Amino acid sequence: MKNKVKRREFIKILGAGTAGAAAGVSFVNAFPASKTDSAKLLQTNSENEITPTYCEVCFWKCAGWVHKKDGKAWKITGNETDLNSQGRFCPRGTGGIGMYTDPDRLKTPLIRVEKNGKQVFRKASWDEALDLVAERMKTIGEKWGPECVALFTHGSGGTYFKNLLRGYGSNNIAAPSYAQCRGPRAEAYLLTFGEGVGSPERTDIKNAKCLVLIGSHIGENMHNGQVQEFTEMVANGGTVITVDPRYSTAASKSKYWLPIKPATDLALLLAWINVIIEEELYDKKYVEQYTYGFEALKRAVKQNTPEWAYPLTTIKPHVIRQTAREMAKAAPSVIIHPGRHVTWYGDDTQRVRAGAILNALLGSWGRRGGFYAPAKAHVKKYPHPKYPKPKKNWKDAFPDQFPLANLALSSGICDATIPTPDKECSFKGWIVYGTNLPQTLPQPEKTLEAIQNLELLVAIDTMPAEITGWADVVLPECTYLERYDDLRISQGRQPSIALRMPAFEPKNDTKPAYWIAQKLAAKLGLEKYFPAKTIEEYLDYRLKSIGSSLEEMKKLGVKNLAPEQDLYFLDGEEYEFATPTGKIELYSTTLADSGFDPIPKFTRHEEPPDGFYRLLYGRAPMHTFGRTTNNPILNDLMDENQVWINPKVAKEWDIRNGEYLVLENQDGKKSNKVKAKVTERIRHDCVFMVHGFGHSRKQMRRNYLRGADDQKLISKVKLDPIMGGTGMRVNFVTFRKEAV
Amino acid sequence: MARYAMAIDTKRCVGCSDCVAACQTENNVPIGFCRDWIVEEMHGQYPTLDLEIRSERCNHCADSPCVRSCPTGASHYADGGIVLVTPEECIGCKACIVSCPYDARYVHPEGYVDKCTFCIHRVKEGKDPACVSVCPTHAFIFGDLEDTNSEISKVLRTRKNKTLIPEAGTEPHIFYLI
Ligand code: SF4
Ligand code: SF4
Ligand code: SF4
Repeated sequence: MKNKVKRREFIKILGAGTAGAAAGVSFVNAFPASKTDSAKLLQTNSENEITPTYCEVCFWKCAGWVHKKDGKAWKITGNETDLNSQGRFCPRGTGGIGMYTDPDRLKTPLIRVEKNGKQVFRKASWDEALDLVAERMKTIGEKWGPECVALFTHGSGGTYFKNLLRGYGSNNIAAPSYAQCRGPRAEAYLLTFGEGVGSPERTDIKNAKCLVLIGSHIGENMHNGQVQEFTEMVANGGTVITVDPRYSTAASKSKYWLPIKPATDLALLLAWINVIIEEELYDKKYVEQYTYGFEALKRAVKQNTPEWAYPLTTIKPHVIRQTAREMAKAAPSVIIHPGRHVTWYGDDTQRVRAGAILNALLGSWGRRGGFYAPAKAHVKKYPHPKYPKPKKNWKDAFPDQFPLANLALSSGICDATIPTPDKECSFKGWIVYGTNLPQTLPQPEKTLEAIQNLELLVAIDTMPAEITGWADVVLPECTYLERYDDLRISQGRQPSIALRMPAFEPKNDTKPAYWIAQKLAAKLGLEKYFPAKTIEEYLDYRLKSIGSSLEEMKKLGVKNLAPEQDLYFLDGEEYEFATPTGKIELYSTTLADSGFDPIPKFTRHEEPPDGFYRLLYGRAPMHTFGRTTNNPILNDLMDENQVWINPKVAKEWDIRNGEYLVLENQDGKKSNKVKAKVTERIRHDCVFMVHGFGHSRKQMRRNYLRGADDQKLISKVKLDPIMGGTGMRVNFVTFRKEAV
Repeated sequence: MARYAMAIDTKRCVGCSDCVAACQTENNVPIGFCRDWIVEEMHGQYPTLDLEIRSERCNHCADSPCVRSCPTGASHYADGGIVLVTPEECIGCKACIVSCPYDARYVHPEGYVDKCTFCIHRVKEGKDPACVSVCPTHAFIFGDLEDTNSEISKVLRTRKNKTLIPEAGTEPHIFYLI
């Protein structure tokens, strides 16, 4: 009989000194220059010193200034020349200073050890911790091959670990932002237009006359530039059509609110396409010149009339017609917003594609007020030696599945870590950078099962998030306000770059990601992949390639470069799209070749059983999920989530507003207790909560057990067969008052 | 003499609370307290609904019950009609807190009563208050009502607007564009 592998226990990270003494080995500072820099800044007597940064609280990466008063952290404000923020940060960016001041941050490297039969963390020096990681990575590499180490990453510092992993010989690099978030959108737009929407989205909202939000709660998602353009557009009298089972903030600013029955969005989109075609409201010239498969589309949607869609969606036929005409009236300055978090029901690539097709029919791609052609600065990469070629990758674990997945699936790697009788386990080591997998991936129990099969789990984080409790080695990163990072090179109407430099010395024994990755590389004999001695040298090299320098960027923070191309198609311009036919594919030849529906088709999704309600989740403007819920400033703005319940439903269950409840899903999974928000703002067949609450770690003193974690209730997913996205809005909950 | 006031566009505001966070950091407002806050007012029944979102704060009233009720003169009118509290003169008796119809004041952990100052320290430097300057939706217009050409004077002439609890008769100077 095989020896049972010892179970990995969840370790609480305790306060200073309680889990064994620090090893007292000091580290070598690889970046003396950065140290002097910020030391110098600290010494100046100026009342208000400012240092450039770009925000790390979400992916929008607004550029701004960190202000200090009398040498102490004061505030963060936007950089007036920054195109992503127009000099105005969102609440999370403004509250970003709390990331630095949070007393609950990780403080030192930690190593899992056994003490009196119990697993505990012991504080370690950086040398010890990195030695251990390197040693286990070497063992795994020799025993199983380097491909058996995977990286999960989210955030700016991930770049260096990607570099490290590729140098080490593995290509298994996954970001939950793909299969758990916007992957279907990337693939749907690629299939249709040969290009993605990108981030920040190339939506020309400020010039749009009509905006259709279907699965996007702008205003509750504070994607800064987008919110700014949205309010501008509304103030200018633009028409907003919001499709949402919930009366969202955006719905309250819209001319039309279509409270759709959840899981039927594709029916509405097809009915809109039907009206646009049947009433000949589409852009004929554009469709003829740029698109492929119009006749096939016309035939396919023939029966998808508003009358057909009505009983499915509960949206009245005349409303469907009227809103379709509104779009056509505004065309081509109309946007069917592609959404962002789109992994809902497993047919998500198809649903997003229906919106893309609608945009194509209305001629908004490449047009003013539609989708513009984004520009990006061409900054040279710092040269490094070629990476070794991996012999296998994550896809080998899924032969013939998800043929069109262009990025690794976090959920796939997680599945492939769990050995099954017919397959030898593929993954033995995980490096997890800045992503709290148990709260990010659906089916958290599966994540924990996968973790039990690992020989190495390294967590690199700033906070003692759930994932750190399962790690063998915890590496505390300093916050974005205490480090340099790679340049921000984001897409937009104009190419631009931004610099992040440290405003403060790293607190406690924390280190920047670059330093950590470079040190680890040296211990693995991979230093050649980090040829720049310091990150300053690395940045300066890159900046010089566009005629700037680190010195200059320290003063400017942001540099906008001259636009190189037109934002929109010129009238009648010839254009070759990067699709197999060279046209916008209304009929997708790629999907047809892979055996999928070349034109989206509506499929019915499972309905909640009696007494159950579909679980919907989303954002609040002051939080980026679990990343910010312990931030003192942002926690003060919202310290727990609530479950939104329609008053009729509440009456049936005798639930009072403000009362605490427990939710239980179809598989008997229970949530932490959560406050009821009884409101007319939601339909009767679903409930809603903000994601990122209900943490289980005492070390995060502010968000510990505050509100409920929706991920715990997402024990079921529906996989998108095209690209492997995990549809998560397929779970149903009921109320348990007695369990509180 | 100037008469400072604020117009806040409820059609723009998305209730993000950035104005609250910015006030917190700018003015070092202790965690757990605030000088400005967000109110969501909902009317109607599903599916015919109406939502008004407001960023609220001290109304810098022209006829302020708080100034009248303050026994020490700590609460006073400053230049530009701004209502201020002098911390050194405040004895923390809370008479002003009770009298304020807007619940705009709180007791600072250091013992004095605190509230919105219209960021007078910034206004003096020619800058907008922190909340105004940060708002991503440009919901605020801050300015001088004495100047008939100021943006705020103009917008109050052209846009429908209201004040809160006008029946209290305090002559509030925060106007909501509706
Ligand atoms: S949108 Fe907000 S959180 Fe995101 S980068 Fe900008 S300021 Fe930061
Ligand atoms: S910052 Fe602006 S949009 Fe946000 S809550 Fe305040 S007033 Fe409203
Ligand atoms: S004016 Fe200044 S003190 Fe008053 S609410 Fe705004 S930021 Fe706070």
